[in-house]
Amino acid sequence: MKGEYTLNEDKKSSDVLGMLQIEHYQNAFEKKMDGKPVGWLTSLFPQEIVEALDLDYVYPENHCCAVAARKESPKFIDIAEGEGYSVDLCAYARLNLGYTEEGYAESLTIPLPDFICCCNNICNEVIKWYENLSKKLGIPMIMIDIPYNDMYYPDQARVDYIRDQLEYAIGQLEKVAGRKMDYDRLREVMRISNENSKAWSEAMSYLKNKPSPMNGFNLFNYMALIVCARGKASSKEVFDLLAEEHKQLSIEGKTKFKGEEEYRVMWDGIAVWPFLGFTAKTLIKNGINMNASTYPDAFAIQYDNLTLEGMAKGYAGSANTRCIEYHIDGRSGLMQKMKCDGALYHMNRSCKVWDMMQYTIAKGTSEKTGKPYAIFDGDQADPRGFSEAQFSTRIDGLKEVMAENKKEG
Amino acid sequence: MYTIGIDIGSTACKAVALKDGKEIAGTSVIETGTGTSGPARVYEAVFTSSGIDPKDAARTVVTGYGRLTFEKADSQISELSCHAQGVHFLCPGARTIIDIGGQDAKALKLGPNGSLSSFVMNDKCAAGTGRFLDVMAKILEVSVGELAGLSEKSTERVSISNICTVFAESEVISQLAAGKSRKDIAAGIHMSVANRVAGLARRVGIVPDVVITGGVAQNMGVVRAMSEILNMPIIPAPMPQLTGALGAALLAYGEAIKKSERGIHFE
Repeated sequence: MKGEYTLNEDKKSSDVLGMLQIEHYQNAFEKKMDGKPVGWLTSLFPQEIVEALDLDYVYPENHCCAVAARKESPKFIDIAEGEGYSVDLCAYARLNLGYTEEGYAESLTIPLPDFICCCNNICNEVIKWYENLSKKLGIPMIMIDIPYNDMYYPDQARVDYIRDQLEYAIGQLEKVAGRKMDYDRLREVMRISNENSKAWSEAMSYLKNKPSPMNGFNLFNYMALIVCARGKASSKEVFDLLAEEHKQLSIEGKTKFKGEEEYRVMWDGIAVWPFLGFTAKTLIKNGINMNASTYPDAFAIQYDNLTLEGMAKGYAGSANTRCIEYHIDGRSGLMQKMKCDGALYHMNRSCKVWDMMQYTIAKGTSEKTGKPYAIFDGDQADPRGFSEAQFSTRIDGLKEVMAENKKEG
Repeated sequence: MYTIGIDIGSTACKAVALKDGKEIAGTSVIETGTGTSGPARVYEAVFTSSGIDPKDAARTVVTGYGRLTFEKADSQISELSCHAQGVHFLCPGARTIIDIGGQDAKALKLGPNGSLSSFVMNDKCAAGTGRFLDVMAKILEVSVGELAGLSEKSTERVSISNICTVFAESEVISQLAAGKSRKDIAAGIHMSVANRVAGLARRVGIVPDVVITGGVAQNMGVVRAMSEILNMPIIPAPMPQLTGALGAALLAYGEAIKKSERGIHFE
């Protein structure tokens, strides 16, 4: 089976992570060259139904992270804007639509898709993005609609609605795969997915220790795996190795954070990929470790039971479909658990659905935890949306308030 | 003992010389900011204005965005603490500071002892900052300093609804073309800045006394508009442009005392 590595003591989680990432894209290319269909999925599409049909797939959003972090996003964004896509649209969408025209990037190339799977639990703009891909490339689009939850927990009507859509999507994907769904295999993939989510949460739980064993920005690297391969057995090894590394560092009271961890913050929102190094270094310089983040946790889906009903329940309350009260409680709980001194909110020009709630969430979370926060403007992939000077002054401010709070005990 | 505080901002450099942590011995302001000759000139000018020999300065603290590239200071302190200290020194009753600089605006909440408890800064754009006023003054063909006097004569304030500086510029041009008076437009411009910044102040939570600082606090048109929106007195800090530098000089004094207690002798 692809991606299987045996655990041995010499391996580091980062090495295995690197190998799996290479393999992830290699597999997709091999399938494509064999004439088999390759899909593009939105980050929180129920990947288990695709995986169980043995279809190969990659994630445009992850691809965008890699391209943007390696400073290649402006080239593709320009192509998309030249086609008429507005600067106000999501930079991932613009980057990906531009990439689709070229089909090649120096930083990372992914095969163009034969089918696309879209789930709007992350945002609604993604529907139009994928519809345009579908039309442009003349390929089928499989859509799962997750309604917004205005109440605290999703109700049964929502779960029923999503379950019916999953059944329909399986039918569509069976046609793409040219085979029938093996429901035993689907249960197995869901079991693996559950295990991976648990192993990921376990590895991340060590970040509550003081000092936190990890430089929080590394979390963004590992997160790629929980997004791209949470239904693959091979992922668990990375999370197990990572948990073991964190456990060992915690026992020794050591950290991978360079410098002294004077302050700990929660990071809300997607990373500023084109300025990942600058943002990370600015925090390090100020002795601030980002030891908690809402973003990676959003991808650890857990199923109560290994059925389509269980899957529907898991996705009914995922990511950005939750109400503001839920988000405030989640962030407050996270900050308290991880012993954060403050919070840093990325007002991401690309991500309207998240940002729209952010002022209220930031204020509510601060009132609940008594911890200060700073909001900075930026963008996940378009470097034009971020100012280094503005980021620095906001970090200065947050640090000053955290320092005052520490003085006052 | 003399201590020096320097505040290197994005559009201006400010400096204060302080005697024994109590008395302002001299000040200087140069209207160019970081990356220009401003920092060196303001440093030289503060000694000229105070009559102090640079050798007699026990300690120098630099603050502001350009602090990291200024080499003549003994230490660097980030700006919010300096503003808080400076304002607390001048107005001990201050609990909220609204600071409007050349390119950013912020609201700070202080504890009773002048300590910083929370802050909010402007979004990415320059609406509600000094830059907005610079652009508008140019269209009205007056200097920024003349805007307040102009708006004082207003009888029917013109509403400037656009937040974006570029769009607001077009809006002002349209209003001029429509025959609206410059004084009424100036009043509308002040209200536009005040509206934008009042939103920040509300987000941080307003507790009186509210003190306004930064270069824009010298514009009474904005101060009046802010007072009207927030429905409370807004106190312009004495020397509003210099509070950051004053705070830096005060903190320099604190550092100097601490070091001398530890037996380090200052020339």
